[in-house]
Amino acid sequence: MSLAVVVAIALFVGVLAYALFGGADFGSGFFDLTAGSAEEGAELRLLIDHSIGPVWEANHVWLIYVLVMWWTAFPGTFAAATTTLILPLALALLGIVLRGASFAFRKYAGSLAQARIFGAVFAGSSLITPFFLGAVAGAVASGRVPAEGNGPVLESWLHPTSLFGGAIAVGACAFLAGTFLTADAQRSGHDALAEKLRVRTLGVGVVTGVVVFAALLPIRDDARTLSDRLLGVATPLIVLSGIAGTAALVLLWRRRYSRARIGAVASVAAVILGWGVAQYPWILVDQVSIEDAAGARATLIGLLVVVALAAVIVLPALVYLFWLTQTEAWSTSDDGAPASSGRAVDG
Amino acid sequence: MYVSAVLDVLSSADGPPGLLPARQQMAMSLGWHIILACFGVAFPTMIYVVHRRGIVKDDPVALGLAKKWAKVSAVLFAIGAVSGTVLSFEMGLLWPGLMGRFGDVLGLPFAFEGLSFFIEAIFLGIYLYGWGRMPPRRHLMMLIPMATAGVVGTFCVVSVNAWMNQPTGFTLVPSTDGSPARVTDVNPWRAMFNDAVWLQFAHMWVGAFMLVGFVVAGVYAAGMLKGRRDAHHRLGFSVPFVFATIAALLQPVIGHVLGLQVGKAQPSKLAAFELATTTESPSPLRIGGLLVDGEVRWALDIPRLGSLIARNSFTKGVQGLDTIPPADRPPVNITHVAFQSMVGIGTLLALAVVVFWLARWRGHDLLGRRWFLRFAVVAGPLAVIALECGWIATEVGRQPWTVWEVLRTEDAASTSSGLWWSYAVAFVVYVGMTIGAFIVLRSMARRWRAGDEDLPAPYGPARSPAGETTSR
Repeated sequence: MSLAVVVAIALFVGVLAYALFGGADFGSGFFDLTAGSAEEGAELRLLIDHSIGPVWEANHVWLIYVLVMWWTAFPGTFAAATTTLILPLALALLGIVLRGASFAFRKYAGSLAQARIFGAVFAGSSLITPFFLGAVAGAVASGRVPAEGNGPVLESWLHPTSLFGGAIAVGACAFLAGTFLTADAQRSGHDALAEKLRVRTLGVGVVTGVVVFAALLPIRDDARTLSDRLLGVATPLIVLSGIAGTAALVLLWRRRYSRARIGAVASVAAVILGWGVAQYPWILVDQVSIEDAAGARATLIGLLVVVALAAVIVLPALVYLFWLTQTEAWSTSDDGAPASSGRAVDG
Repeated sequence: MYVSAVLDVLSSADGPPGLLPARQQMAMSLGWHIILACFGVAFPTMIYVVHRRGIVKDDPVALGLAKKWAKVSAVLFAIGAVSGTVLSFEMGLLWPGLMGRFGDVLGLPFAFEGLSFFIEAIFLGIYLYGWGRMPPRRHLMMLIPMATAGVVGTFCVVSVNAWMNQPTGFTLVPSTDGSPARVTDVNPWRAMFNDAVWLQFAHMWVGAFMLVGFVVAGVYAAGMLKGRRDAHHRLGFSVPFVFATIAALLQPVIGHVLGLQVGKAQPSKLAAFELATTTESPSPLRIGGLLVDGEVRWALDIPRLGSLIARNSFTKGVQGLDTIPPADRPPVNITHVAFQSMVGIGTLLALAVVVFWLARWRGHDLLGRRWFLRFAVVAGPLAVIALECGWIATEVGRQPWTVWEVLRTEDAASTSSGLWWSYAVAFVVYVGMTIGAFIVLRSMARRWRAGDEDLPAPYGPARSPAGETTSR
């Protein structure tokens, strides 16, 4: 395996991590949006805030990691993609900015009226971002980013592969978030809320599953290179995704929420991996291969040093953070009282 | 916003359609982000000091202060993180000519900065949610990786800028067919540890402590002006003010040494800083003044001092602009005014802290004087202006180059004509974020003064299991 491919895999690990961790954060925006009025949605919104509050900043950094790895390891293709996909990238960016800012603003808002406005912006922009990032992935995967850049501003992403890519991204995020939130609700003793979330997550899961498999048809005509490998080497992953997704739905149905999480993560990860495998050996499909796109050898080695350091320094810290959020002490509300009571005592 | 207004003057009809909006958008978003970045760099250290005091001396006032600062830093870090993300997108959206050709030369420090940002985000999450959930001393320790990551992150980002000022770590092979020269022999480590990086890093790092120190101290000075003279306000003022003091006294020294280096590496930038139209040996120190039709007007010249400050010599002169081809000269007036504003404000702030501590040493507490408190309130915005001016000076002074004598800005910029739209949207979003942050921080402060901590549930009155609505 060449150095360039190793770096491309490291880059793709970042894409995967962002899709799973960041995706679950983004998906919670869908549930926030559909939680209902301030009063009836308060319990769910509190749960969302509690679930993603400590981790969303860290989960967001995966995106930065992906961007930096991309422009450092494969600089020409990064410039080609950004000049061509300027519109969906700018819209995704808009969503990221509005979402991150309004999530923090909502948490510390001065009044309920303020919190409502910031909350609506947070939830709405949580849907925009995965859609446009999915569309960007679809545009790259369908070979619509020319090697020299500056491709057509609209046609490059207004086509079935991109639009399905966007829809799949939104659905996958919502499904991930739904299973995690349902499990969180049960763990913190919100049984009625868990029941409500269970029904919605089942709905989201079924719709997303249908969209994923329905997408294979239009992609067949729209993105030949991609679909040849999707229905070739990547087929086991697509099948795995179907099985894991079904298992997650069955487990949700039977109220085995913590196991359902594994199925949900596996099904989404398999879809993303399937895309990655199908796209190999291209970085811009039909245009530039990973080999040809790679920057200087010394830089690729430097990047692997960074990746190794990240494995030693960042991963343990990240594990510690995730572990903390699962501990007893962190399952209580901000003020030290059990999260289920909603009552506040300063601690 | 005034950054872009200033840069508007740079308008020129030459270059691709994306040049002007790209430059404007970058100036606005970077100028905005850098203030928040300063908080990310310097605030954790200050929070550490008060939090540690709270634990070690069992001081509830200090502990309360640390808690409040942590909440403020949560808001600032969140919008700092998203505005930093904007910048990473913009590197490609606005400057494909730079990233496409030099991405693998300058990318490594960005990768390390990503690493340190990761650490900062992780430990910020732990720290913010750790109140009352972790053993106090371990909780306090969570600030150490944050503060350390701030230092490393500053070094990395400044490293890229320093590389743009003194590019190294690659070879250019001229092409024969008229296409741009090819970049070979890339040594990313050499590019990262370029000759300019250490001093530029020191200047920025200390600048961050100056900015945050004066801004935070100013907030409590404003409270004291309104008669709130409790222990909370005194501590809230003095901790950041001590940091600001050290930074304000160090900064002129670092700036002076950095200036000497600029004179060697980028003579046209130094000439613009000093408004030196011709090489005079020895050079005067030119205070104020503008270049009008090639003539220096309204300047106050102090003989010989220019040579001493800019060249560390009584005789050597500052190389004049007339030695630089007109096409390679930076916009002189903006560079000069920004540079002198930075130096002027920096000097004023350094003098002010000296006056404060001298008076205190002689037994006068200037915190009892309204004129000093008013000055302390203004010092925050002044430090912000000084920092922005510093960036304008170094960035505009590098023009017309994006990478010094290697890549012209017009060749780095996007050729997209749609960038005015992107700039317009970005402008609206940044204004909105500024207003949002202002409203939230202000209402936080009001709520704290009223004795409340946070909204009961962030989004509405939560129902307790018994069914009654709780509220505070």
